[in-house]
Amino acid sequence: MPLLRIERVVKRFGTFRAVDGVSLDIHAGEFFALLGPSGCGKTTLLRMLAGFEGPDEGRILLNGKDIANVLPHERPVNMMFQNYALFPHLSVRDNIAFGLKRAGMARSEIDARVAEMVALVKLEGLEKRKPDNLSGGQKQRVALARSLARRPQMLLLDEPLAALDKKLRESTQFELMELQRRLGLTFVIVTHDQEEAMTVAGRIGVMDSGRLDQVASPRELYEAPHSRWIAEFVGDVNLFDGEIEAREHHRLTIATRDAGMLVVAEPRQGVRKTTVSVAIRPEKVKLSRLGPAPDAIASQPINRLEGIITDVSYLGALTTYKVRLDSGAILRSSMANTARIDIDAYNLSQRVVAWFTPDDCLVLEQ
Amino acid sequence: MSGRRIFARPARLGAIAPYLWMLLFFLVPFGFVLKISLSQTAIAQPPYLPVFDLTQGAAAFKTALTALSLDNFRLLVSDNLYVFSYLRSLVVAVVATAILLVIGYPIAYGIARLPPRWQPIAMMLVIVPFWTSFLIRIYAWINILQHDGLLNQMLLSLHLVSVPVVWLSSDSAMYLGIVYSYLPFMILPLFATLAKMEPALEEAASDLGAPPLKVFWLITFPLSLPGVAAGVLLCFIPIVGEFVIPDLLAGSNSLMIGQTLWLEFFTNKDWPVASAAAIVLLLLLVAPLVVYDRLQRAQLEGAR
Repeated sequence: MPLLRIERVVKRFGTFRAVDGVSLDIHAGEFFALLGPSGCGKTTLLRMLAGFEGPDEGRILLNGKDIANVLPHERPVNMMFQNYALFPHLSVRDNIAFGLKRAGMARSEIDARVAEMVALVKLEGLEKRKPDNLSGGQKQRVALARSLARRPQMLLLDEPLAALDKKLRESTQFELMELQRRLGLTFVIVTHDQEEAMTVAGRIGVMDSGRLDQVASPRELYEAPHSRWIAEFVGDVNLFDGEIEAREHHRLTIATRDAGMLVVAEPRQGVRKTTVSVAIRPEKVKLSRLGPAPDAIASQPINRLEGIITDVSYLGALTTYKVRLDSGAILRSSMANTARIDIDAYNLSQRVVAWFTPDDCLVLEQ
Repeated sequence: MSGRRIFARPARLGAIAPYLWMLLFFLVPFGFVLKISLSQTAIAQPPYLPVFDLTQGAAAFKTALTALSLDNFRLLVSDNLYVFSYLRSLVVAVVATAILLVIGYPIAYGIARLPPRWQPIAMMLVIVPFWTSFLIRIYAWINILQHDGLLNQMLLSLHLVSVPVVWLSSDSAMYLGIVYSYLPFMILPLFATLAKMEPALEEAASDLGAPPLKVFWLITFPLSLPGVAAGVLLCFIPIVGEFVIPDLLAGSNSLMIGQTLWLEFFTNKDWPVASAAAIVLLLLLVAPLVVYDRLQRAQLEGAR
């Protein structure tokens, strides 16, 4: 039995369907991410789990029991709020102890648990401070300690790292994962940042316009997205629309408007439509001056396109290129900078061959 | 260089303008009142002695100075009439402010929790009655409360009473008038603090296991204290010196200090005692302001 089961849940605000028929199981001990652009309904779904909103249709079951009528203060679920929502008139200690006092714990127990939480998030020495006298990172830790103090069955995190700068955000992501593993708790995080979702979560649910489009592991989401929209939302992608011309030996030949004939691997589940999109991630597009090495060609058919480099962005770990194909379309390629001194780097206006294998391509029907 | 001067001068004038205003319209008149409070009443024009006359020379000014005394303040302390007036004013102000807080807080809270587009309309409804003249509204209450007024007619027709009730000239009528008149001054600052409070704070408290009443007492109310303090002061201070409402709606057996002042000034023509009473009143009212100022400073320090 899953810890949490969401069954065909609908939430309406007026005529707007913020959450539109979402079904989802989340298992105990999972780190689950709800990913989507702002306004996709992910926060509304999270607020329904916390009890701040009630579903208009469908059921939410926690441990097999419908929690529709359980008020927020009676749920064994805690939430870490987006802007932390620390109580400004209470000290760090009293913020963390707030939920413990409500649970009617003895004073000595509260003191012990607060000390444990303070140590867990490394806030020693700041117990007497008021939230206004803390840095952003410290506030984030207090909020985390406060929401974990009651040892909830499930911790809900609403964009918990959005207010931190990039470096701190990355280190905090790893601390969150480490914490989740150590405590063995179920974490449900809401985020609009696909990199963050892929870093922390074991499974990701992608939401758009109130619907849950795909639930998958980070790798599956990136390498086998269900739709054009997800392919574009999660990472960068080159997309070419076309018609299926031929189908043989698990290979599809697709006539595209912008990239000519492309040979792609046929998906295992087959393709029903004839009008499709071919998706290739930029890092799978290799560039060279002369084209692929002969031994690469021998093993499988290769897609080979020619064009002129129009844009070079050096990002440190990798360099991204924009290649204007002879059809006028732009193809993006990114190459890891594996050598410090790269004599092979390409320059603007240089003519190059871009190539990729059929297995690097993905056929999308919608 | 000249450009700098041109801009510097009006800026400096702007900085001292409020002080000039205070000096001219507050400190100088206060000096007059203070001087009169140290004088003796006299049947003359003006009705007190001594009168400073700088045309008579320095010696005459000196003898006039020696004629000043604290007699009027001694009278205020020794005569029960004044002590009782002060006490009554304070009691009325405390009771009325407490009633205002109890009535005003839920209204302000309710408005602050309305959908944003309804909030300005609700605030307008609170303020609109105050576009009618204050005196007209008090007279309207007299109309409602009098022997054959609206209230008695209603009670009689509902058979709740068999004979008309005497409402006017009573403390209840006075409290009704005061609470009615001052309610917006309580609601406005309370609304301002409650409306800008982050709703996530109340949600966080309930998420952490606090039932609704606890959420209110542990989070909402403590965080609205600056608004409570502002509302209480905005009501308390003018109510202590209130004259019109008690004069029109309360009985004549016990007077508030405002009424006593009026009597001394206009009926007894005793300007010096009236001035002394006014100065003591001012000192009484400065005390809560100083406390409020301290509280605000402490809060600013805490926020740092």
